[in-house]
Amino acid sequence: MSEKKVERRDFLFTASYAVGAVGVGAVIWPLVDQMNPDASVKALASTEVDISSVEPGKSITVLWRGKPVFIKRRTQEEIDEARAVKLEELKHPETDEERAKNPEWLVMLGVCTHLGCVPLNDKGDYNGWFCPCHGSHYDTSGRIRKGPAPTNMEVPRYEFVNSNTIKIG
Amino acid sequence: MKRIFRINYLFIFLSIGCFQVNAAEKVELLKTDWSFKGLFGKFDRASLQRGYQVYTEVCASCHSMKYLSYRNLSEKGGPEFSLEQAKAIAASFEITDGPNDDGEMFERPAKLSDKFLMPYANDKEAQAANGGAYPPDMSVLAKARSGGVDYIYSVLLGYEDPPSGVTLDEGVYYNKYMYGNNIKMAQPLSDGLVEYIDGTEATEEQMAKDVTTFLMWAAEPHLEARHKMGFKAILYLIILTVLVYFSMKKIWSRIESEV
Amino acid sequence: MSDHEYVPKSKFGKWFNDRLPLLSLASHLTDYPTPKNLNYWWTFGGILTFCLITQIVTGLTLAMHYIAHADLAFESVEHIMRDVNYGWLIRYIHSNGASMFFLAVYIHIFRSLFYGSYKSPREIIWIIGIIIYLLMMAAAFMGYVLPWGQMSFWGATVITNLFSAIPFVGEGIVNWLWGGYSVDNPTLTRFFTLHYLIPFLILGLVVLHIWALHVPGNNNPVGIDIKKPSKDTVPFHPYIVIKDGFALLMFMIVFAFFVFYSPNILGHADNYIEANPMVTPAHIVPEWYLLPFYAILRSVPDKLLGVIAMLSAIFILAALPWLDTSKIRSAVFRPLYKQFYWIIVADVLILGYVGAMPAEGLYLLVARVATAYYFIHFLIILPVLGYKEKTIPVPLSITEPVLGGFPNPSTVKKKESIN
Repeated sequence: MSEKKVERRDFLFTASYAVGAVGVGAVIWPLVDQMNPDASVKALASTEVDISSVEPGKSITVLWRGKPVFIKRRTQEEIDEARAVKLEELKHPETDEERAKNPEWLVMLGVCTHLGCVPLNDKGDYNGWFCPCHGSHYDTSGRIRKGPAPTNMEVPRYEFVNSNTIKIG
Repeated sequence: MKRIFRINYLFIFLSIGCFQVNAAEKVELLKTDWSFKGLFGKFDRASLQRGYQVYTEVCASCHSMKYLSYRNLSEKGGPEFSLEQAKAIAASFEITDGPNDDGEMFERPAKLSDKFLMPYANDKEAQAANGGAYPPDMSVLAKARSGGVDYIYSVLLGYEDPPSGVTLDEGVYYNKYMYGNNIKMAQPLSDGLVEYIDGTEATEEQMAKDVTTFLMWAAEPHLEARHKMGFKAILYLIILTVLVYFSMKKIWSRIESEV
Repeated sequence: MSDHEYVPKSKFGKWFNDRLPLLSLASHLTDYPTPKNLNYWWTFGGILTFCLITQIVTGLTLAMHYIAHADLAFESVEHIMRDVNYGWLIRYIHSNGASMFFLAVYIHIFRSLFYGSYKSPREIIWIIGIIIYLLMMAAAFMGYVLPWGQMSFWGATVITNLFSAIPFVGEGIVNWLWGGYSVDNPTLTRFFTLHYLIPFLILGLVVLHIWALHVPGNNNPVGIDIKKPSKDTVPFHPYIVIKDGFALLMFMIVFAFFVFYSPNILGHADNYIEANPMVTPAHIVPEWYLLPFYAILRSVPDKLLGVIAMLSAIFILAALPWLDTSKIRSAVFRPLYKQFYWIIVADVLILGYVGAMPAEGLYLLVARVATAYYFIHFLIILPVLGYKEKTIPVPLSITEPVLGGFPNPSTVKKKESIN
């Protein structure tokens, strides 16, 4: 008889603890989730940019999701330089064709993949970008060539709405 | 256990006290059956969509709704227009954006992420255009009036001729339910004022009910989620309370048998 | 603190405990001998701890989204209610949590009044409690200002103007409080800062409150001193923990009803109208938990005296251990005091009711009578009662009343020192 009693007691306590733990978990989630991007931030997912005034060889920087996006109109020389590089030479192998669907226009997040600084234009050993924070060198396709950054600068999702407008996001 | 019930009496007493405080000194408001009241209350989708139509065709020319965005119209628990419908609604409004690279403001069709178009540039303009009375923003109106939705519904239907002996200034109307009975807004609704897309007959009562429902949603967009979560939370608490109650009995039985 | 010296079993535990006796503290807290006859009115201490932690946690998360600026505060609250993930839930828990906190603290205070828990040797516990209560009122008042609605603004204006009653320097003090010539942005930002600070002060005082409690140990419904540990006590864990837990869950059910089904019933509709310095709402009412004091304030026709009366009504409580001259703690053995106790409970409820009504006519008269009675109770009735009252004999141990259900004067032994 006493054995049965013990069993019932154990079941009761285990059930109480288990149900209580579920509740604690359910309470913690909203407190964590409130720090995630909220509905108004998520709604600002895309932006349209007018590129009609960008001269060859020049670039503009626009803000998208709080980060700078480089839009560069490359010269033929720069395109050739980017396309001549062999994949074996690259730390993060990606062809220029993959990165710039329209070779004249390079669109990428202007954020160094090392620790998030904004690289400088037309600087560094590869005629592309140079990050002043910790010395990462990027080429004319925005690929990492030298320095601590692990990957190439990220290409966001974008499309040409017409020949003068790019929609990012 | 008895003692706990006494605690609950105290709580009930206190809350009844609050009701009385709020309910005192008012005329009896008109009542209608709101689908969103009660433990499982939900909004009537069709009514919300019609309510938006009344708001945008009738109220929006004077009353702003500055905390709402067009994206809200397609969000869960609201009127739930489809994404395409909401986009089309947004695009039908021209809003001012800018400055552009030349430093100039420009007009463009609204997007889902934009806030509802404001009828006036600022409060002063709103006042000047309405004989000195500022048409209140409607975003949280349903929570900002004691009596809530019943009060708004009643005011919408409460226009009548002033009783004999009462003279009104120009631009002032008599309303049975308005505080002080004087209102500067002309009667906004009349039978057939809007033509409902879904074919519902646009009687005065129907429009008042629809637009009030819409205002309640605007003020409390997460009401449905709140009701749903509340039911789960309370059910959970009751289960855990029962478990803990029996655990407590078990534990205390150890010493009660000793004594 | 503990009656026995705790020695950890493991070697590391002993090493650690010699340097920082956390394990000794934990052992003290779990073994803490508690009177076995504590009823459910005693569970509100634990419930209040829960309320404080809930307010701090939800408050911290709200502060991540709230903007303390006169132009943006109202909008940021709407942003929390609409866009922030679960923002509506967190804000409703926080705003209703304040009411639940006060509901629990009033029950806690009135429990103390009934069972004489403020009497020797627990005066310091009581006084710390009064300070906590004062800080709670300050925190609640300033928290109510933060949404920057009409009631926020005009409540802040009215309450800060109380200080203008001080002769000569009043106006200077009010301008100093405001940081300007009216309640405005500087007022809002400093209120936000203080609203953020006070809960942590309360937390510190709660530690002292519990520390001071653990020196003499809990009072109990019989109100007699007991030997610890003894047949009259149970270890805090698991007996009191599970009982507190059960009561807390009951409390949470009530709490949840407010949060999920009538989150705005305890608030005021006018606070959903953005603050407007040009228009005062028809009828300014503080939150329900401040109404009794508001009634006392308004019942005195003189500005300065009204403020003094209101503050005295709170500070008089700090002197209660000395105003109540009876040696018997529990009202169970004080038949006359028991009746006066229920009268003062009713008196405070009446004050609360008239505090919500316009200060005119019959309401004002009732408020004045109730205010007068409030002070008469503490300043005259309690001191005199201690000498005049014929009390019921008190048992020597709580085991007997626990067995008998309720003390029966014919079976309990008489204690000689009583009257």
